[in-house]
Amino acid sequence: MINLDTPDVILKVKTAMNGLAASLLRPVARKYDEAEHEYPTELDVFRGLNVMGGPKKKKDKAEGGEKDKKDKKDRMGTNLGTVVTVEEMCWGDAGLMLSIPNAGLGNAAISAVATEEQKERFGNKWAAMAITEAASGSDSGSISTTAELDGDEWVLNGEKIFVTCADRCDAVVVWATLDKEAGKRGIKSFVVEKGTPGFTLAHLEHKLGIRASDTGTFVLNNCRIPKGNILGSAEIKKTTEGFKGVMKTFDNTRPMVAAMSLGIARAALDFTREKLDEAGVALDYETNPNNQSSMQKDYLWMEANLEAMRLLTWRAAWMADNETSNSLEASMCKAKAGRYGTLITLKCAEILGPLGISREYLAEKWMRDSKIMDIFEGTGQIQHLIIARSVLKMSSKELK
Amino acid sequence: MISFAPSKEQKMVKDSFAQVVRDLVTPAAHDMDEAGEIPADIIQKTWELGASISYVPEAFGGDGMEYSPVLNAIALEELAFGDMAFAVAATAPSLFITPLLDFGTEKQKKKYLPTVCKDQYCVSTLAVTEPFLGFDVTSMKTTAEKKNGSYVLNGTKCFVPMAGRAQDILVAAMDEGRPQLFVVSAKNPGISISEREKNLGLYALETHKVTLENCEVPAGDRLGEAEGVNFSRIMQKTRVGLSAMATGIARASYELARKYAREREQFGEFIGQRQAVAFMVAEMAYETDSMRLLTWKAASMLENGKDAAREAALARMYAGEMSMKICDYGVQVMGGHGYIRDYPMERNYRNARGVAIWDAMATV
Repeated sequence: MINLDTPDVILKVKTAMNGLAASLLRPVARKYDEAEHEYPTELDVFRGLNVMGGPKKKKDKAEGGEKDKKDKKDRMGTNLGTVVTVEEMCWGDAGLMLSIPNAGLGNAAISAVATEEQKERFGNKWAAMAITEAASGSDSGSISTTAELDGDEWVLNGEKIFVTCADRCDAVVVWATLDKEAGKRGIKSFVVEKGTPGFTLAHLEHKLGIRASDTGTFVLNNCRIPKGNILGSAEIKKTTEGFKGVMKTFDNTRPMVAAMSLGIARAALDFTREKLDEAGVALDYETNPNNQSSMQKDYLWMEANLEAMRLLTWRAAWMADNETSNSLEASMCKAKAGRYGTLITLKCAEILGPLGISREYLAEKWMRDSKIMDIFEGTGQIQHLIIARSVLKMSSKELK
Repeated sequence: MISFAPSKEQKMVKDSFAQVVRDLVTPAAHDMDEAGEIPADIIQKTWELGASISYVPEAFGGDGMEYSPVLNAIALEELAFGDMAFAVAATAPSLFITPLLDFGTEKQKKKYLPTVCKDQYCVSTLAVTEPFLGFDVTSMKTTAEKKNGSYVLNGTKCFVPMAGRAQDILVAAMDEGRPQLFVVSAKNPGISISEREKNLGLYALETHKVTLENCEVPAGDRLGEAEGVNFSRIMQKTRVGLSAMATGIARASYELARKYAREREQFGEFIGQRQAVAFMVAEMAYETDSMRLLTWKAASMLENGKDAAREAALARMYAGEMSMKICDYGVQVMGGHGYIRDYPMERNYRNARGVAIWDAMATV
């Protein structure tokens, strides 16, 4: 039965996570925006604290029964729990959230496909993810970093850019191709530990926003890793199912990015509202918006959009929890939240006037932070392409 | 727990309204718009589905179902997907019925509900909107003054749907600084109902100006009598209903554009194969969904007995702005074919415009 009223269990998580974000992230948000590349030691408290949702437990179909059903009814799914948490954390600070130890994208990849032996070896490591190359952004099927088997070792060569947590992580999950001719089918992922000879962090980026999160370039120069560091099978299959499987992880990560955008936008809106209150500008939901000032109307419009961003995000996460295919909905929430997060933070800075520009406050930072949400994990344009292909029932050849 | 999936009952209601729309409303929508009237048999079919009276207790002539704002939103979206003018006309009686159910005294319910809960479609309606710039309920100009044990109403209302056929009209007026509702018989000598209004859109919907000149109403016809009504609560329901209908028009425009983008060939390929067009269709898809989710959220809160003033206002604002944007995109995708009256997109475009203006007057 359709019921979009926020249940108490979600409100409880929201309140708890907001408290955490308000006490641990928000107070040092400006500090690490200024001190780019410096490791935020305040985040060490998160080590071993599984706030970002652990690997999804496979349901034991054999159990079930009435009790299980009832439990399921009152329980919040992992994906929904994650997006609720991410929103609150990013309300605190998005760059810092991306730097929470042991919660890297690489960790998600490892927990999704690693063998027991690999989980044993890499489970406690902070793992980053290296996909993008100078010539391969959205077109991740075209990467040119290579992996060749030489005896008991893989030899990796290439250069990876835009790796989040590059300096802080303990290991990196690197995408490389076994056979360039095989295209997407030949792409595999490998765990490369820090300190491996031939694996160098060459450069850290200076960015527009999310400065608290370090982003770097790795060079792999005849980097040799154990044969057992490949994630998944080394076999080059006849179909692109394997690659598609990897792309499926986006169905879970895109709602997370949408939730990040949501968190930043809400931070901007909350701050703007606080300042409006101080200035004696009351918001009124009963009065026709056309009878309110342009500023009040803008605010209500942003609030409505924030709600739309959140509901689209929760829907995508809820579908993932209910094991319903959500590729379309994941792209929808990312497209909407990515774009409107940017628009909202920009508008808030405008409404705030001098307070929106001054570095004494965080509004100008939220404006900078939000921009990446419409870029990483698939740009807004890529999301629109995916949505359009899906609703127009066109293949990637028909709609390029 | 939160859920985005409809129940069996919700699916059933959606399907039954969708079927009437597919079989009867959509095929007739163009002619209804051109002729400015709605065939009685189509309205009757919808009436029989219980769009307005199913949740009235059996004692008063209804089906005694539980009132569900979510089910209501589902039904209204389907009806407006067929045609907005039709949706308002078919459900106009619920504008009268719902406030009566929520705030009427037992005596008032007994007196008035059976007059509209009949086997044949019949009308009583609600008059809120007034013809002046920047109207909203908080600044209403119509007044009710207590004199010698009855109320005297003065003021002008506009966009009153189906007023020409109404037996009774619930008139909103300021009573000691608060908006209240009064049941006014169409036969009351103090009420005059204008010729049909000529509007930008919704040609098939009959709307009228209603003027009250020293219109005397017995004290017992103030809704809720001494208690009166909670107008905010009424607004929440009307706003959710209006948002649901706006979602219906938006979905209709989106579906038309989607189909057209896959059929229309230019430069040797479908226009939907061009990103400039495809991205507009994509945006129409997720914005229509957003409208629906905002509507459902407010409806869910009402269903759970919560105050949804904020959510209903946001849903209505979003629906008003986005339905215009989506219909505008629809016309743009279809180009000349979106502009001529032979195709339904032109009608959607005109019909959607009213949603952004119309606040108080929506089906409850």
